[in-house]
Amino acid sequence: MIPLLFVVSVITFFIIQLPPGDFFDTMQADIAANGGAQDAQVFQVLRVRYGLDQPLYIQYLRWVQGWPEGDFGWSMAWNAPVLPLVMDRLVYTLILGSFALLITVTYSLPVGVYSATHQYSLGDHFTSLFGFLGLSLPGFLMALFWMFLGALVLRIDVGGIMSSQYANAPMSMEKLVDMWNHFWPPALILALASTAQLQRIMRSSMLDVMGQQYITTARAKGLRERTVTNKYGVRVAINPMISVLALEVPKMISQSALVGIVMSLPTLGPLFLRSLQTQDMYLAGTMLLFMSLLLMISNLLADIALVWADPRIVYT
Amino acid sequence: MSYRQESEKLFVLYQELDTVLANERYAEIDASSVRDQDESRYSLSQWQLMWRKFVRNRSAVVGGAVIALLYLTAIFGDFIAPYTLTTRFSDRIYLAPQSVHFFDSGRFAPFVYGSKTSLNLDTLERVTVTDYTVKHPIRLFAKGAPYKLWGVIESDVHLFGADGAVVNLLGTDQQGRDLFTRIVKGSQISLTIGLVGVVLSLIFGTVLGVTSGFFGGWVDELIQRVIELVRSFPSIPLWMALSAAIPPNWPPLRVYFGVTIILSLIGWTWLARQLRGQVLSLRSQDFILAARLMGASNARIIFRHLVPASIGHVIVVATLSMPGMILAETALSFLGLGLQPPITSWGVLLQEVQNLQSIALYPWVFLPVIFIVVTVLAFNFMGDGLRDAADPYTR
Repeated sequence: MIPLLFVVSVITFFIIQLPPGDFFDTMQADIAANGGAQDAQVFQVLRVRYGLDQPLYIQYLRWVQGWPEGDFGWSMAWNAPVLPLVMDRLVYTLILGSFALLITVTYSLPVGVYSATHQYSLGDHFTSLFGFLGLSLPGFLMALFWMFLGALVLRIDVGGIMSSQYANAPMSMEKLVDMWNHFWPPALILALASTAQLQRIMRSSMLDVMGQQYITTARAKGLRERTVTNKYGVRVAINPMISVLALEVPKMISQSALVGIVMSLPTLGPLFLRSLQTQDMYLAGTMLLFMSLLLMISNLLADIALVWADPRIVYT
Repeated sequence: MSYRQESEKLFVLYQELDTVLANERYAEIDASSVRDQDESRYSLSQWQLMWRKFVRNRSAVVGGAVIALLYLTAIFGDFIAPYTLTTRFSDRIYLAPQSVHFFDSGRFAPFVYGSKTSLNLDTLERVTVTDYTVKHPIRLFAKGAPYKLWGVIESDVHLFGADGAVVNLLGTDQQGRDLFTRIVKGSQISLTIGLVGVVLSLIFGTVLGVTSGFFGGWVDELIQRVIELVRSFPSIPLWMALSAAIPPNWPPLRVYFGVTIILSLIGWTWLARQLRGQVLSLRSQDFILAARLMGASNARIIFRHLVPASIGHVIVVATLSMPGMILAETALSFLGLGLQPPITSWGVLLQEVQNLQSIALYPWVFLPVIFIVVTVLAFNFMGDGLRDAADPYTR
């Protein structure tokens, strides 16, 4: 994982400085667009000060150098160190993502088991259709729908982390309720996209397991059907779900960026988009790096969880 | 594999063939009892079996039909759209969708009432005013703005139009442009960008996946590491970063191809993985060994045996990755990172939806979303049906 992280950081840096020009070119163009005139010399001095005149590999090395001390560079647009800017948003993204993951699992696990034990029943068909809708409606479109609904039908303020009237208000019960009402919709939206896949995997894996002979044996020795399903069936059928869950986490990271932009939430997404537009390279680079890191860690966790859940797998 | 091992394997193969033949004899006896209903099954080719199974899946067929309809609309877009992308109706800014009345005093004669928008000076809102005294008949194959179909056929006949007046089926946008025209023209970009992107990733994915699975060893190792590397970036942020690198002064066509290449840059990894697995399982099968023993070259085995054997699978994967591509383009253009106006794609149309004010006052600007969702659903349903059909020997 460490060598992979190294290569990822090199590629990240390379991609981030791909756009032609640098931050000061964008800034200069901005100022010129607003009718101001700026001395090109000033920008040259600034470039030297921020080290943008150096060759790429030196810029890269300088960036990496600070990592052990928690220094991920300087955001030129915010005029602040990168790490504190990113940290808040990373935490919010993580909370939102974990909550979404929790919803996904608590919904799709029982539903998957139900549709397997009641195959071709009305409930099975209905939940499959529902899952299909979730699969086909990507998070950002669903977020748009929700904004549309909120603005047009419910006439409530649905974007952001709280309604505008509470922004400067002291903490109170109403404010908390309001914040919660701004928190669960995006979490649910993120969760919905993943439920379909998980529910289908759980269903097919469960169907597979329930047809095996040890299940017949369990039934034959007189165990109650509930015990057979929960202790014998689900216990084994859950393994593929863990691997699929690992595949869903990257999607969730991606979607949380988009949903965050649409609903103006403090996830990594909106800040990332703005930093790309202004060519604030260290900020953008650090965020891309963190998102990749998040992905790698989740893969690692999934591997560990798989070994833990299935003793037949031996980690070498 | 040594020569001895191979001959041993061949011996096993003969034995297996024996059992297969014996089974077939049983199957024949068995089949005689069900001959009436199922006899034709045995004489069908693999493709015919697939087709049969696909057709039996109703939702997949409906999905396929919807997709065919959408692509036909895109192909004949210039003809179907009543106006051009640059046509502006300055007295019809934010006009609500006009409803078509099919019967005029008991006779079938479709018409629309004359309408325009006016600015409400108190709320600064555009209000659609309908004049119920004026009726504009709608004609099929009406003459309108001249265009060149596929850049070759010059014509000014459109599928429909209002006689001497304007009809905006789905309303207009903030510049008074016909939304139906924009959606139809946008489909040309949005639907092809997915197709080109998938074809590109198919080429990368097939070549690298088959190479990886067939040759194994360090080639496999290298390709797998590269895939792992690409996949350790979350896709949408990576797409965002890459498309931010497209210079703003590029001509539209180059931007279009830039975006497709960016999309397929990640898309190929999934395909390559799937194909590698497929090739790995096929490689150890007997017909490949038989071909090898008959002295077939690597190229012959790959192109004559492996590729045709996995083509069904490839089609399934390609179909299932279409919606992802289309959505990715939409998302990028929506964020203003992918395609930019004057190119019109569904994502570009969505840029206007970002403004909550406009959704609340003029909800029809939200209509492109419906088209996107229908397209994606149709692709998913069809892909699902294809996946079941691709393995026609399981019932």
